[in-house]
Order: sequence, then C-alpha cells, then structure tokens
Amino acid sequence: MCAKPIKKEPKQVETTGHQWDGIEEWNNPLPRWWVWVFYATIVWGIGYTIAYPAWPLIKEATPGLLGASTRADVAAEIARVDEANASIKAKLVAADLNAIGADPELATYAQNAGAAVFRTNCTTCHGTGANGFEGKGYPSLIDNDWLWGGTMEDIHLTITHGIRNTTDADARYSEMPKFGVDGLLDDTQIAQVAEHVLAISGQEHDAASAAAGATVWADAGCNGCHMDDGTGDRAQGAPNLTDAIWLYGGSREAIIESVHFARFGVMPDWNERLSEDEIRAVAFYVHGKGGGE
Amino acid sequence: MWDYLKLIGLGLVAVCAAIAANYAHDLAYQVNAITVMLAAGLAFLWVLRTAGDPKVTNQAEYFDGVIRAGAIATAFWGVVGFLVGVVIATQLAFPQLNFEWAQGYLNFGRLRPLHTSAVIFAFGGNALIMSSFYIVQRTSAARLFGGSLGWFVFWGWQLVIVLAATGYVLGATQAKEYAEPVWYVDILITVVWVAFLVAFMGTLFKRKEPHIYVANWFLLSMILTVAMLHLVNNAAIPVSIFGSAQVQLYAGVQDAMVQWWYGHNAVGFFLTAGFLGMMYYFVPKQAERPVFSYKLSIIHFWALIFLYIWAGPHHLHYTALPDWASTLGMVFSVILWMPSWGGMINGLMTLSGAWDKLRTDPIIRMMVVSIGFYGMSTFEGPMMSIKAVNSLSHYTDWTIGHVHSGALGWNGMITFGVLYYLVPRLWNREGLYSLKLVSWHFWLATIGIVLYASAMWVTGIMEGLMWREVDANGFLVNAFADTVAAKFPMYVVRALGGGLFLAGAIIMCWNLWMTVRAQPARETKHAFVPAE
Repeated sequence: MCAKPIKKEPKQVETTGHQWDGIEEWNNPLPRWWVWVFYATIVWGIGYTIAYPAWPLIKEATPGLLGASTRADVAAEIARVDEANASIKAKLVAADLNAIGADPELATYAQNAGAAVFRTNCTTCHGTGANGFEGKGYPSLIDNDWLWGGTMEDIHLTITHGIRNTTDADARYSEMPKFGVDGLLDDTQIAQVAEHVLAISGQEHDAASAAAGATVWADAGCNGCHMDDGTGDRAQGAPNLTDAIWLYGGSREAIIESVHFARFGVMPDWNERLSEDEIRAVAFYVHGKGGGE
Repeated sequence: MWDYLKLIGLGLVAVCAAIAANYAHDLAYQVNAITVMLAAGLAFLWVLRTAGDPKVTNQAEYFDGVIRAGAIATAFWGVVGFLVGVVIATQLAFPQLNFEWAQGYLNFGRLRPLHTSAVIFAFGGNALIMSSFYIVQRTSAARLFGGSLGWFVFWGWQLVIVLAATGYVLGATQAKEYAEPVWYVDILITVVWVAFLVAFMGTLFKRKEPHIYVANWFLLSMILTVAMLHLVNNAAIPVSIFGSAQVQLYAGVQDAMVQWWYGHNAVGFFLTAGFLGMMYYFVPKQAERPVFSYKLSIIHFWALIFLYIWAGPHHLHYTALPDWASTLGMVFSVILWMPSWGGMINGLMTLSGAWDKLRTDPIIRMMVVSIGFYGMSTFEGPMMSIKAVNSLSHYTDWTIGHVHSGALGWNGMITFGVLYYLVPRLWNREGLYSLKLVSWHFWLATIGIVLYASAMWVTGIMEGLMWREVDANGFLVNAFADTVAAKFPMYVVRALGGGLFLAGAIIMCWNLWMTVRAQPARETKHAFVPAE
C-alpha cells in the first residue's frame, strides 16, 4: 500500500511506495539513450511520411515529396529490360525457326531466355533437368523419344497450342479408348494384350498369352495409333511401345492400368501465358537439350 | 437451482449437437458436433453427480485449482505443438514423409495449421490464461471473480483447441493464417474469451490494492485487443448451419489487410503484450528484486499498444496494397522498436544487482535468455518491416526464423520459467525435483533455438538472393525447385534444432511430474493478504 517511500540503498533511487504480492517498483528515470532513440525514430518517421506516399486523405493519400511509387518502379524496370531486348526479340520472332542456331547472337539469347522461361514455367511438370517424371505421365525432353515430334516446328507447335487442353482449338489432340472401363475388352483380353506389349518391348512375358494378345492388338485396333509393330505414331501422339521409355510405366500392372482406364495427358497452350519470342526461345532451348531433330 | 439450469443447458447442447451431427454436410463438422455432444454429455453427468453437494470453497483463498489444470494443459499442449512442429520440419526436409496413406489428413498442409495453432493458442493460450488468473489474484489480493467461471474458461478453451485441431486434420479451415478455425469454433472462442474478460476484470474490480499492477495492464490490453481482432477478422457468413464452410465478409486486398491487421496484432497482443504481463510478475518474483522503472513501464506500455495496432501492413509490402498503407505500416513498425525494447530493459535491469543468481538459478537464466530473444526479435521485426529489407526477406524462411526466435526463445522460454516457478507453489512442494534437469532443459532449448534460427537465416537470405537473381537480359537465373533443393541441409539442421527443443520440453514435463509426485510437501499460505 502507499507506505512512505523508503530509501533502499545509497545512491539508489526510491521505490514508488506501492507493493503487490511483494513486488515493488523503482522510480528510475527513463534511460536517456532509450528516450533519444525513440525520439529519433519518431523524427525519422515524420520525415519519411513526408517524403513517401503516406497519409490517407479524402480522395487519395499524400503522394510524398519524392513522388515514389513501387508500381511505377516495377513498370520502369520492366520497360528498361524490354527496351534493351526489343531488337533481339524482334529478330527472334522474324527468324526462320531452323535458322536461329546459325546466328550466334540470336542463339545465345534464345538459349538463355529459353532456359529462364523453362525454369519459371516448365519445371513443375518436366523437372529442372527437363528429364520429366518417368512413369508419372510427364515426358523427358532430353531423349530422342518424342510423342508429338522433335523438330523445331513440332516443338514450337506443341508449346504454342498445348496438348488435349480445352482452351485452345488448335491443341494437339488424340484420345485413347478406355478399353476396360467402356467394356471394349474384357479382363482376359486386356491381360493378353498387355502381355503382347511386354513382348514387343522386350520384357519378360508369357509367350502363349502374348500370342493371343497379338490378335487382340489387331482386333481392338491398337495398331490404328500404335502401328502394327507398336512403334507408335507421332502424328497422333501415340507413344512407341517397343522401347524402354514409358510415359506411364512399363510394368505389367501399369500397362494393364493404361489399357483399362486409358491415359489423357494434358499440356497447357502457352500462347496464353508466353509471348511469341518466349515460345520460340523455349522451343530452341528444349530442342537443344539433346533430342532435337 | 443453478445446477438445474446448468443441467438443462448442457442437455440442450448435447441434444442439439447430436442433431447437428446427424444432418452434417461434411465429416469435419460431424466429428466436431459429436465432440461437442460428448463434452456436453460428460459435463452433464458431472453436474448431475455433484448436484446438491455442499460447496466447500474457502472464499478467503486464491482460486488455484484452475491454475493447476492450466499448468498441466500448458505443458501438455506445448509438447504436442513442438512434436507436430518437428514432424512438419522433417516433412519439409524429406517430403516422402507425406505418406500416401495419410494424404488429406497428415500431410504438411493439414499439419502446419495444427502446429501453429497448437503452439500459439493451445500452449501460449493456456500459459496466458493460467498466468493471468495467477497474477490477477496475487496482485489484487482477491479471489478470482465469478465462482467457477475460471473452470468454464479453462474447459471451454480446451474444447476450442480440440475442435479446431480435429477440424484442421479433416479439412475444415477458413484458410486465414492463425485464424483458421471455422465459424462455429470462432463463436465458441468469443464466448470463452468474454468469460475470460469477465473473470479478469471482475477480479480487478474487487481488488484490495489501491493500484493496478503493471502486469495487469498488459494482460488486460491483451484480452481486450484480441477480442476486437478476433471479431473483426472472423466476420463471415456460414454456408449452412450444418456445415463447416463459410463465406468471408471481406474480399481482395481489404481481406488481406484485415487478415494481417489481425495476424500482426495476434503477435503484438497475444505473444508480446500478454507475455510481457507474465514477465512483469514472474521476473521480479523469481529475482526477488523490484521492477527497474515504473516510469518506463508506463511509457513503453502506452507506446507499445498505440503503435502495434498500425504495423500490420508491413506483411503486405509490394502487393496489391496501396503504397501509402505500406509506408505507414513500415513507419509505425520502426517507431515500435524502442517501445518494445522498453520491456526488455525493464526485464533485464530488474535483474541488475542479482546477476549472481544467473550462476545458481537456472530459472532466472531461462528468463534472461527469454528476454534476450525478445529484444532480438523486436529489433529484427522492425528491421524486416523496412521495405528494402522486406523485398529480400518476404516469403523466405527468414520470416520463419524470425517468428521462431520469438516463439521458441521469448514465449517458450518465459513460459518454461513460469512453469518451473509455479508448479512447486501450486502443488505446495518443497522446490523443484531437480535443478540439474532444468539446466539440461535450458541448454537443450537454447542450442535448439540457435540451430533453428541460424538455419532459417541462412536459407532465408539464400533463397531470397536466388529468387531475385536475373541475368543480363533480365531473365531469372534460378528455378523455384533449385532453391528448394539448395535449402535441404538447412532444413535438416532446423528439424534437429526443433528436436532438441522438444527434448528439453519433455525433460521439463518429467521434472514437473516428479516435483508433484516425489517432492516433500510444504505448507503454503493460499489465503490472500493485501500488501502492507
């Protein structure tokens, strides 16, 4: 309670005289440095709000003496880069797709720009190394096994319009029938044709079942897209089934699943997100990854 | 009479919850409704069995039963929260731990809000409620107001925690950071929080001391401001009274601004002002020294609560937020630096003249480290709110490191100190079971925090620099996945740091358990006497 303030120690300030559950309080003054730093931050704060957009008024906020604007800063930065790249971009858009590599300046730009576009937009599905995700439906772009073709024109078209999307009428399109789901084949036939696919891809298989599967292959029309020998058709995005590269897995179970449910891999049409020069650059970059034709 | 009213009320709640469970549109709602039904049913049975029993509470004594329960809940939820934290830290380092069989329940996205809510609202919330009840009674020399209202606050808060936690795992969320609980949990939070306010204010009103002690200013500002923040940020319209979905009242940048006004002040008032209240009581008590400066406590209190409330926009620099709001958020954050440090100065200088205790008293050591981390985080915060710094630090792990040096260092350590202080007193025991174990806890926790914070500084600054790196033509040099790969070693160090912190907390639980079980009893006076 408000007892008389008592002197605690020599040279020590007094307590306030109050006490709560045994706790007292010294009546020490505010530390000088604390007060001055506090004042300094306040003075700085006032100055800063005069210099920069700060105080909201009725119609708009005070613009600040420096006329600073983060949006204008970003726009200026983008404009600066755009301007610096304008001529080479125009050159890239005008160039013949297959002639880009011949011009060292253009090739360097397309390679760097394409790599950046790829990192920002493509790595989510195709991986940072462009090697895809084997068995998950995301193809590797660094080998010679192309679903829709590996020439500059093919890659450029695929990136521009995408695959099986609903947003671009020019998207590449093909659809594998759901042989099991739609009752086109029964489970035995699916197992047999899967055995046939194991056989033509050089994997361990049951010979008798695979022979029956060859008949199913022809009767069900697998050869319509994947060809008689199973090497596929790039015009229809039908993968080659005779090699060791599998988009959705090459095990017996995975093949049966593919035949039963079918697959329907989708890629966006990048013409909505990327400009023509960016598409050309990334096409050049992908083409140069090793599998380009 | 009162018991019968309670029985009717609880019975109605149980029946309504059963009906709601039957009509539920989604699993989370159904599980929550069944939980409420069971809770109301159990409370019903308890009231029924004890109805008519003579009440033998001594009105001249402090109401400590609820504080004992609060101490247990604090320790329990602390361990749960830290454990989930270690799990998700490990999931970030090794994503294959997001098991296929647990997808949609125990993957990172579901567990992350569980971790943040468990540590902030379950561990921190129980610590705050428990110490508020303890402090307000001691410094008012009065029994807690409202009869068994304290028990309602305690059990209501545990129910909030359980409903929110099971909801997150089953996918019920508002998708607002630190305000994830869905609409009906928000309503329950409001009811419990108002009861907390009534119990606290009521006790202040009937205090026997002429003045209100500084700790209570901070605690009251916490209770009032959190109530306001909670109501404004959670304004939403339920899609159905039988479902957990809701539509929020705000949209776009307004929603973002309200959210971070809330989010930043949850840090400011829940984790700063509230815990400063704890510090202002327990540090002078443990040090047995007077508070350093009454003047400083007044000035920094008012400066702190005035300035904190404006600092939210610094969470939204370089977004759709207008520049002027961004500027103000930054300016207020920087001016907030000294008012925050006022608490640190008052805490540390209270120990001047008692520095020798650092050698002998591991609890004081914990409190000092806690205040040290408080000072560090409240310097780091204003610095990170500066636009130029924020353009590097925003969205990086630096933010995570900053939050954890505050949460683990400041909130965690002061709470551990408070638990070590309280448990022997609440259970009338002759001191702690083992001071050596407190030392072990201290070093494990401190090393854990240092590992955690430094790992996050390194990855945060690294990924910030990697994200902004552009080549001569203005193209990005790194893919996002490159930055994720580069962070791997630091993620392992972070998980390790969290593991050490968790190990320390488990040692604490053992130590406290043995204190209650094995230490000789001591006569403690629970009757209150106003100070002379």
